[in-house]
Amino acid sequence: MEMWFAFVVALLKVIIIAHVVLITVSYLVYFERKISAWAQNRIGPNRVGPAGLLQPFADVLKLLLKEDIVPTNANKKIHTLAPILALFVAMGTFAVIPIGPSITLFGIVNPFVVADVNIGILYVLALTSIGVYAITFAGWSSGSKYSLIGGVRSSAQMISYEISMGFSIAGVLLFAGSLSPQMIVESQSGLMWNALLQPIGFITFVVAAFAETNRLPFDLPEAEPELVGGFHTEYSSMKFAGFFLAEYANMIIASSLIVTLYLGGWQVPFLEKLGLSEGVNAAIQVGSFFVKMGVLLFFFIWVRWSLPRFRYDQLMDLGWKVMFPLSLLNVVWAAVLAMWIK
Amino acid sequence: MAEKKRLKDLTLWEKMYVPEVVKGLKSTMKQMFQPRFTMEYPEVKFEPVGSYRGRPVLVMEAGGEERCVACGLCSRVCPALAIEVQAGETDREKERYPEKFEINMLRCIFCGLCEEVCPEEAIVMSKDYELTFSNREDAIYGKDKLLKPITELQDRIDFLRSNK
Repeated sequence: MEMWFAFVVALLKVIIIAHVVLITVSYLVYFERKISAWAQNRIGPNRVGPAGLLQPFADVLKLLLKEDIVPTNANKKIHTLAPILALFVAMGTFAVIPIGPSITLFGIVNPFVVADVNIGILYVLALTSIGVYAITFAGWSSGSKYSLIGGVRSSAQMISYEISMGFSIAGVLLFAGSLSPQMIVESQSGLMWNALLQPIGFITFVVAAFAETNRLPFDLPEAEPELVGGFHTEYSSMKFAGFFLAEYANMIIASSLIVTLYLGGWQVPFLEKLGLSEGVNAAIQVGSFFVKMGVLLFFFIWVRWSLPRFRYDQLMDLGWKVMFPLSLLNVVWAAVLAMWIK
Repeated sequence: MAEKKRLKDLTLWEKMYVPEVVKGLKSTMKQMFQPRFTMEYPEVKFEPVGSYRGRPVLVMEAGGEERCVACGLCSRVCPALAIEVQAGETDREKERYPEKFEINMLRCIFCGLCEEVCPEEAIVMSKDYELTFSNREDAIYGKDKLLKPITELQDRIDFLRSNK
């Protein structure tokens, strides 16, 4: 009986998280277009539904009705596998991200996370590394030179930035003393946010996150002016939609990771001093997580419409000669600070 | 020889990227609160000025008669061969009038040469820019569609006279 209940709760969580993510993704696309319009003194989509709010659904329907083309030169199996892999990775990572404190429901303690695993951060790193394969497969199996260049670029870029990302996280782990996302969030109670304690690590992680999600100053794998569409040049219909979805889902993951690791997760500083009941507290905390995430998502889009793309050699330069030493420096700083505080 | 400083060498401040990134972000943020330039077309229509070259039309005098004397110069000068004129005789002083005056709007390139060559100021470019038709026959505009009262064309005629 107990086991069944746990199973049902887990299933419910998965369903809720998956739907929240999908809806957020579709409205992220809407806001991407709106914010780009605002930054360029335009209005943006406003025809479908009030203020264009039904635009994402129109987009999805359009993509569903498109013809699915597989190039003759493509390796059909891998060509089909690539978008599925990209989506799987994007959705899978959400399992370990805590969006709220544990609450007691029907006499059982429920953590506000699908899987409260103690090696959550390792799991995230492993999955995002698999995400590289999706793009590389897509580039390689398309049988097109543009796709191939895009795929190769993406793997080189991901490898370079994964290192500084890992070292930035190491600084956080030194403070929390745990790989569990829930523990990391709890270690930042009060205003002990990692973003304030280790600003260098915060900046390197944010930059690496931009590179990992292929977002604009680092979107070389799909650099439109040079590579047509990069790795997804040869994709159409739902397979293209898969990549599109994965890209935006990755953005959501990146921002929720930044919130979890550096901005105190679901915690609101000094909330406990107000003396509210547990339920209200939990609601405010979950809300604060989404507000922080929303601000970061806006930041992601805002950066995209402000900064030009890096040149490829400059990208590698920045990754190895600047980001890597900085993140190492941050590890030393975090270690010294952790010793001093504890 | 001392090493020459190139223009593209960045200063240390610029090499730190972050302040420059902040500058860029500030500039786009500022734009987000500027007025929009978009004209929401079907609801708000663009009102062209006199110098605008829309579809060519025939000037209709106050009496409901066309100015055209069917000399055929416009048809001769038209680089796209869009105009066809057939003259007819009248018993009045003006003598000739266009029995048939057709402009194929699929061929017209809106160059305005017909207007420039016309000795009578009888064919001018109007402000109409919404031209739609669903088949090729509809695209051939006859006299019924081409004649336009002179009051509606005053802007263009004033513009032409000021640039004579």
